[in-house]
Amino acid sequence: MEGMVNQLPIGLSIGAVLLLIALGLTFTFGQMGVINMAHGEFIMAGAYTAYLLQGVGFLVALPAAFVVAGVMGLILERTLIRRFYGRPLDTLLLTWGVSLMLQQLARDLFGAPNVQVASPAWLRGGAGILPYNRLFILALAAASVLAIWAYMNRTGQGRRMRAVMQNRRLAATSGIDTGRVDQRTFFIGSGLAGVAGVALTLIGPVGPALGTYYIVDAFLVVVAGGLGQLRGAVLAAIGLGLLNSYAEFWSDASLAKVVVLVAIIGFLQIRPQGLFFVRSRALT
Amino acid sequence: MAISEVTVRDAELLAIEEVNAAGGVLGKKLEPVVEDGASDWPTFAEKATKLIAQDKVATVFGGWTSASRKAMLPVFEKRKALLWYPVQYEGLESSPYIFYTGATTNQQIVPGLDYLKEKGKKKLFLVGSDYVFPRTANKIIKAYAAANGMEVLGEEYTPLGHTEYSTLVNKIVEAKPDAVFNTLNGDSNVAFFKQLKSTGISADQMPVMSVSVAEEEVRGIGVDNVAGHLVAWNYYQTTDTPANEKFVAAFKAKYGADKVTSDPMEAGYNAVHLWAEAVKKAGSTDVEAVKKAAGGVSLDRPEGKVTIDGDNQHVYKTARIGVVQPDGQIKEVWNSGEPIKPDPYLRTYPWAGGLV
Repeated sequence: MEGMVNQLPIGLSIGAVLLLIALGLTFTFGQMGVINMAHGEFIMAGAYTAYLLQGVGFLVALPAAFVVAGVMGLILERTLIRRFYGRPLDTLLLTWGVSLMLQQLARDLFGAPNVQVASPAWLRGGAGILPYNRLFILALAAASVLAIWAYMNRTGQGRRMRAVMQNRRLAATSGIDTGRVDQRTFFIGSGLAGVAGVALTLIGPVGPALGTYYIVDAFLVVVAGGLGQLRGAVLAAIGLGLLNSYAEFWSDASLAKVVVLVAIIGFLQIRPQGLFFVRSRALT
Repeated sequence: MAISEVTVRDAELLAIEEVNAAGGVLGKKLEPVVEDGASDWPTFAEKATKLIAQDKVATVFGGWTSASRKAMLPVFEKRKALLWYPVQYEGLESSPYIFYTGATTNQQIVPGLDYLKEKGKKKLFLVGSDYVFPRTANKIIKAYAAANGMEVLGEEYTPLGHTEYSTLVNKIVEAKPDAVFNTLNGDSNVAFFKQLKSTGISADQMPVMSVSVAEEEVRGIGVDNVAGHLVAWNYYQTTDTPANEKFVAAFKAKYGADKVTSDPMEAGYNAVHLWAEAVKKAGSTDVEAVKKAAGGVSLDRPEGKVTIDGDNQHVYKTARIGVVQPDGQIKEVWNSGEPIKPDPYLRTYPWAGGLV
């Protein structure tokens, strides 16, 4: 019984991890329709940033990873993805190739074995079933959501981003430079992946294959939540986290994965566009 | 090549260099041809075929997961070529065209259980990745437990590459075992130990006995997270033999002072020397002649005396239980005293009767 009660905070913390890894993807996939398979490697870049900045301090690594992963995303967008807009299958292949190259680059730079990122002293230990590092990830996810919400609803840039998301052509005819908005969105989306990477060093392996462990889950959250929908991503991440937590508690980890997948497939049969979607009169 | 496979290759290349420096075999120098199985079992089979048919190599050293070995087995048997497999594995196999220089179950898992029993750990929780090695290992562990008055409180598998262990850790906490027997593979170990450590359970309260965590993996997991826990192998970098002093020094000189040596690396390193010795004895690199000559070949290796068992083509190995130290090295706390005869089908263990 105690174990069952414990699964509630565990489910929420799994949800927080899912939310962190999916948050950036919600925008690059949601707004721009880019299926970015290299998103996982931006997470990896964030984790390696934390590795390199170990002496400097954990909290410094968060903004640093945001910038590192963000700039990588920006370069990817400017040099490659920009030329492939409106060709989702080509972008998928392209970014998958980029993802493989980034993994090999990490192997060449840092070696094939996992590297050690020590948790900062103030994140060791814990209260009850949730250790401090899990509480930190919960808080970080909440803070990220809040920051994104504020950006989208309280700044001019954010409003332009929403306009492009809702109707790209109408936004363009209204004088919005959609290319610039795309750049910025890709920078922020990729940067959020970097932040997630720093958080993941607390609980998981840090190696060249890191991104591959999380990319599928990230896409699941985005698809279930609805493209480009902040509240959709939040609810989907929490829902999937709890479902995962209890399904694994009552069966095992392999079966829990099956249960989650079946639930998502079933859900998408009823709501193909996810939890939330933009009602639009556009033809596309 | 992933993580640990690279270091095994490096150790094998070092052994080839050593054999050549000592004059080679039959008056010829060894020439390595390196292929990458890419951690993908069909690729292993494909590359093995290429090495045998196209490069016409005298023998092949390699393989990592049991899946890679199982994929290569028919290739070697069909083409009557020779494979030296350097990794501890789940036993229950004895191909006439494979030499197994890593431990089989009675040289690693069974001694690990003996040690836990000796320490009065009666209640076990089994954690493993969901594939052939952990599932077979746990069958053996359950049979052992039933025969030795031990209790298995839980048996959990996670998919390969799984990184979310909070639920599993919660289940373990609730079951309150005396010890955990861990057959997780690769990166999952990192996530498992990090998440176990952060719940505050210490290695003294509930030790975890691992069979796939060596010096190389300890670094990736983070020493803080795994220090004090138990491992079962046949070799550690700290193993005190003259041959090991030489091996560690030569490896660091060639690949860098910060490098560590580990059990699978040592088993790969041994394989090359054992093969060279068998070839000298046979006077030929012909597969059948080498197979015939290999039985009884015995060398002083870093892990101690190693002898090829001609009957099943495994090797006699000394079992060693170690504790992970705060400096990342592993300290031996128990050994079997003498090399254990390999018994891949556990025929000499009465409790294992129902397994095969």
